Amino acid sequence: MAAPLTLLLIVAVTIRAVLFRSSWAELISERVEVVSPLNAWKRVVEGLALLDLGVSPYSGDVFHETPFMIYLFHFVVDYAEIVFMVSPGLVFCLSRFLTSLYLFRKQKYALESDRYPADCLELLRSPKEMFYIPLKVAMFYLLNPFTILSCVAKSTCGLNNAIIALFILCTLKGSALLSGILLALATYQSIYPLTLFAPALLFFLQRLYIPVNLRRSSFWFFTLQYAFIYVGSLVVITGLSFFLLGSWDFIPSVYGFIFSVPDLTPNIGLFWYFFAEMFEHFRLFFICVFQINVFFYTIPLSIKLKEHPVFLIFMQIAIISIFKSYPTVGDVALYMAFLPAWSHLYRFLRNIFLVSCVLLACSALFPVLWHLWIYAGSANSNFYYAITLLFNFGQILLVSDYFYAYLRREHHLTHGLYLKKKDGTEATLVLK
Amino acid sequence: MGLLSDPNRRKALTGLLTRLNTPICIVCYLAGIVWFMGLAFEPFTLRTYMSENAMGSTMVEERFSSGERALSLAKEFDPPSACCGLNGMPVEWLVKAMQSRGLEVFTQSFSRKLPFPDENKERYMVRGTNVYGILRAPRAPRTEALVITAPCSPGNTNNQAVALLLALAQYFRNQIYWAKDIIFLVNEHDLIGTQAWLEGYHHTNITGMEYSPLQGRAGSIQAALSLELSSDVITSLDLVLEGLNGQLPNLDLANLFYAFCQKLGVLCTIQGKLQRNDWDTAEGYTHAAQTMMLMVLKQACGRSWGDHGLFLRYHIEAASVRGINSFRHYKTDATTIGRLLEGMVRKLNNLLERLHQSYFFYLLPSLSRFVSIGYYMPAFGLLAVILLLRALDLWVHLGAPALAAVDGVTEPSSPGVLTVLTPVVISHLTGVALYLLPVHLQEMAVEHFPVSETEAVVLTAIAIYTAGLALPHNTQRLLSGEGTEQGWKVLKLTALLYLAVLLGCTALINFSLGFILAVTLVPITASITPHMPKALYAVVMVLLSPAFTILYCVFIYQELIEAPVSVSEGWMLFLSVISQGILDHALYGSLVYPLLALFIYPCWLMFWNILFWN
Repeated sequence: MAAPLTLLLIVAVTIRAVLFRSSWAELISERVEVVSPLNAWKRVVEGLALLDLGVSPYSGDVFHETPFMIYLFHFVVDYAEIVFMVSPGLVFCLSRFLTSLYLFRKQKYALESDRYPADCLELLRSPKEMFYIPLKVAMFYLLNPFTILSCVAKSTCGLNNAIIALFILCTLKGSALLSGILLALATYQSIYPLTLFAPALLFFLQRLYIPVNLRRSSFWFFTLQYAFIYVGSLVVITGLSFFLLGSWDFIPSVYGFIFSVPDLTPNIGLFWYFFAEMFEHFRLFFICVFQINVFFYTIPLSIKLKEHPVFLIFMQIAIISIFKSYPTVGDVALYMAFLPAWSHLYRFLRNIFLVSCVLLACSALFPVLWHLWIYAGSANSNFYYAITLLFNFGQILLVSDYFYAYLRREHHLTHGLYLKKKDGTEATLVLK
Repeated sequence: MGLLSDPNRRKALTGLLTRLNTPICIVCYLAGIVWFMGLAFEPFTLRTYMSENAMGSTMVEERFSSGERALSLAKEFDPPSACCGLNGMPVEWLVKAMQSRGLEVFTQSFSRKLPFPDENKERYMVRGTNVYGILRAPRAPRTEALVITAPCSPGNTNNQAVALLLALAQYFRNQIYWAKDIIFLVNEHDLIGTQAWLEGYHHTNITGMEYSPLQGRAGSIQAALSLELSSDVITSLDLVLEGLNGQLPNLDLANLFYAFCQKLGVLCTIQGKLQRNDWDTAEGYTHAAQTMMLMVLKQACGRSWGDHGLFLRYHIEAASVRGINSFRHYKTDATTIGRLLEGMVRKLNNLLERLHQSYFFYLLPSLSRFVSIGYYMPAFGLLAVILLLRALDLWVHLGAPALAAVDGVTEPSSPGVLTVLTPVVISHLTGVALYLLPVHLQEMAVEHFPVSETEAVVLTAIAIYTAGLALPHNTQRLLSGEGTEQGWKVLKLTALLYLAVLLGCTALINFSLGFILAVTLVPITASITPHMPKALYAVVMVLLSPAFTILYCVFIYQELIEAPVSVSEGWMLFLSVISQGILDHALYGSLVYPLLALFIYPCWLMFWNILFWN
C-alpha cells in the first residue's frame, strides 16, 4: 500500500514541478476556468504589495482573500510554489480517512453479512475492494487534470480544498473539537462550507449512538455543544482577523463579494451570464434566488440521508461546487476525488457514459470557445455560456445519478437484490 | 427526464441503438454528405444582406478620377527602373512619393530566417522594409484607423496596386470627411512583411521575427483591405476571405464589396468563379458546389490566402481584393477600381463600432448567397454522432466492468490500464516525433543524403509517418503481451471519444478542416475491429489516413481550379504543400500542422493499433 502511494506522490509532484517551470504556467494562471477573482494568485500578490506598503489590502477592488490567507502568504510568499505543492498533499490525507473507514467496516462486514438478505452479499464491499480505495481517492485527486491545473495556476482554491479535506478527516476520526474548528475555518474562507455543519453533526450523533429525536435532551445537548464549538471558533477567527488588520474592511470585501457577485468575469459557473444580462432592479431578487440554491438542498438531503452522513458530505460539497458564485475546476476536483469511495454504487449508475462524455467534451470546448470569443472575435458569450450550462448539467446529472444509485442500493440491501412483483415477474425500480 | 430515469424506456432505447447501430451509422454518414452537398443548392441558402446599419443606409458618392495618373505612376514604379529588382523595394522612392502626397511616412525594417528554404518563393534569409504612410483624420480624435495595403515583393509585379494606393492617398488627402486615420502600407515579402508590421503595431512577438519598432502609429485598426493587381489588364475583381487557421472576416465586408461591385458594374468573382443565375439546372448547381468546395478546401488548409489573413488574428476584419485577367471582352480600368476602394473605405469610415453584426461563420457558394453556421453544422454533427453511437455500442457491450473515463483519468479496472495506456502513449510519442524531428533533423539528413533542405524536411516527415505505421502495435505487444478482447474494445472506446472531441473542437474553429477529416476518418474508425481481413483493411486504412486526405485534397483542388495535374505533378505539389504547411506553422503560427501531427495522426494510429490487435 505504501509503495504505490509513494510512487503516486512522486509522479504527482513531478508533473506539477515540471509544469511550474514550463511556459504553460503563466498561460494556465490566466485561464478563467482555473482561477476566479476570489482565488487568483495575481490578486494575492497585489494584496501583499498593498500590505507591504502599509495600505489596507482591501482598499482596491482587487483583493478578496481572507486576512488569514494574506498573512499566511506574507510569511511564505517566497515558498509559494511549495505551499501549493503541499496543499494537494493535505488532501492526500483525505485518502487516509478511508483507511480508517476500511478498518471500521471490516469488523462490520462480518456482522452485516448476517443481517442482510443472502443475495445482497454481492452488494457489500469485500475488504479487498476497500483496501484499494485510499489509493484510488489519492489518484483521483492528485492526477486529476483539474487539480493539476488549479495547482499550477497557484489558485488558493487548493488550500481551501485542503482545509475541507482536513475537516472531513477530523470528523471521521471522531474529534468534534477539531472538526468544529476546521469547519469554522472553512466557512471563514468561503462561507459556503457552512452547509457541511449538518452532515458533520449527523455523523457525530450517529457515532455516539444519539438518536435524532427533537424531544431527547441528549440530542439537543450535543447539537448545542457542537454548534458552540463551531460558532465560537468562527467568532474567534473573525475577531483575530480584525485584530490583524485593525478594520472590518474584509467583511464586505470577502463575504459581500461572494454574496453580491459584483465581478462578472466569465467562469464555469451559472452566475456571470445572468447577472450581466439582468436589469439592475431585479438584481437583488435574483441574487437571493441563485444563492439560496446552495443552502436550500441541505434540509431535504439531511432528512433523506440522515443515516448516511458521509454520503451527505459528498453531496453537499458537490452542490457547493456547482452553485457557488465563483466556481473553478479546483472545486470540481474536490468532489470528484470522492467518486472512487462510492465505487460500490457503480452497478446502479445509469448515466455515467453520458456524463463522462459531457464532462470530457466540455473540458475540451471551454478553451476552444474562449479562444473563438475573446481572441478570434468570431463567436460570442452565448457560445461560451452554452458550454457552461452543459458542463453544469453534466455535473448535476452526475450528482443526482450517484444519489439515486445510493438510495437504490439501500433499498436493495433491505429488500433483496432480485425483486419480484406480486405476480412473480421481475420488478424494476423507478424513481419518480 | 423520463428517458433518463425510467429504466424500461432506457433499456428500449439503448436496445434499439445497439441493434440498429450499423444501419443508423450508415444513414447518418450518407445524410451528412448529402446535407453538405445540399448546402450549395440555392433554395437552401440565404441571400446575403447588409447587417451593419452604419454601412447600409448611408449614401456614398465616389469621385475618384485619377486612375490614368495612377497608371502612369505605375510605369514609373516599374520593376526594371525602380522596383522589385534585385535590390528589393525602392524604399527611398516610396517614402518620397508618400511624403509628397502629404502623408506621415515611416519605415520598418525586419528580418527573418526561415527554418528551411522556401522553394516556392525561393527565399531563406528574408530581409525587407515596410513603408507606410498615415493620413491623419481631420474630423475625429484619431483613436481608430483603417488600413489599405499593397504587397510589393520581388517577382510579384504588384506595381499597379502600389500606384493606385498612392493615387488614392493623394485624393483622400484632399477630402475632409475622414473620421478614422487611414494607413497606407506597402509591405515587402508579402506575408512576412505584414506579419512584422502587425507585430510591431501591436507590440507582440509571437513568431520570433526580428523587426525595428514602429515610429508612427494610429489608433486601433478597425478594418483592412489588401489590394493585389498583378496583371496589366484587369477584367474582374476577386474577393479573397480565407485567413489564417480558416478564420473568416465578418460577412458584412463581403457584402460591402459585392454592393459596390454591383453599383459600379464591376465583374466580381469569388474563388475566381463568376456567379450564375441558373440555379435550377445541373450546371448551375455544379458551379455553386464547385465554388463552395473551393472555399472549403482553401479554408481547411489553414493558411492565409492573402495579406488580409494575418489581420484577422488581431481582431481586424480584413479581405483581399485581387484583380484577375480571365474573362475576355471585359475590362475594368484603374479609375473604377479606385472608386470601388474609395466607396468601401468611406463606408468603413462611417462605422461606429467594429464590424460585428453579421456572420463570422459562413460558406459562400456565390457572392450573393451564403450558408451560415446553423445550416452547415448539422452536416458535421451527423458525422460526429456516428462516433458517439459506436462508442455507446461498445459501452453497452463492455457491460458492467467497463472503464469509466471520468475527466480523462482512466480508472484501473479489469483490462489493465497498461494495455490501453501503452498504445496511447506510443502513438502520441510518434506524433511528437513527427512534429519535432523534420525541422530539427534537416542538417543531418542533408549531410547523409543527396537532397536539399526542403526535400529533407518533407521526406523526413513522410518517413516518420510511415515508420509510425510499423511502430505502435509491435511495441505494445512487446510490453503487455497478448491483447484481450476487452482490451481492444476499451482502447477503441477511448479512441472514438478522443476522435469525437478532437474533430468537434476542430470543426468549431475551422469547420472545413473538421469536416474533411471527419469524412475520411469516420467510416474507417467506426468500423474497425481486429477480426477483419488484415491486409485489405490495412490498405483501406492507409488510403483513408490523414496524409492521403491531403493528397486527395491537392488533386481535387487542382481539378476545381481547372488546372488538372498528372500524378507525378500532383506528387510534387503534395510535397510542396507539406513544406508550406510546416513553414506556415513556423512563420505565422498556423495550427494545421501541429493539429495533424500531434493529435489527428496519433489518434489514427490508435485505430491502426486496433486493427493489428492480438
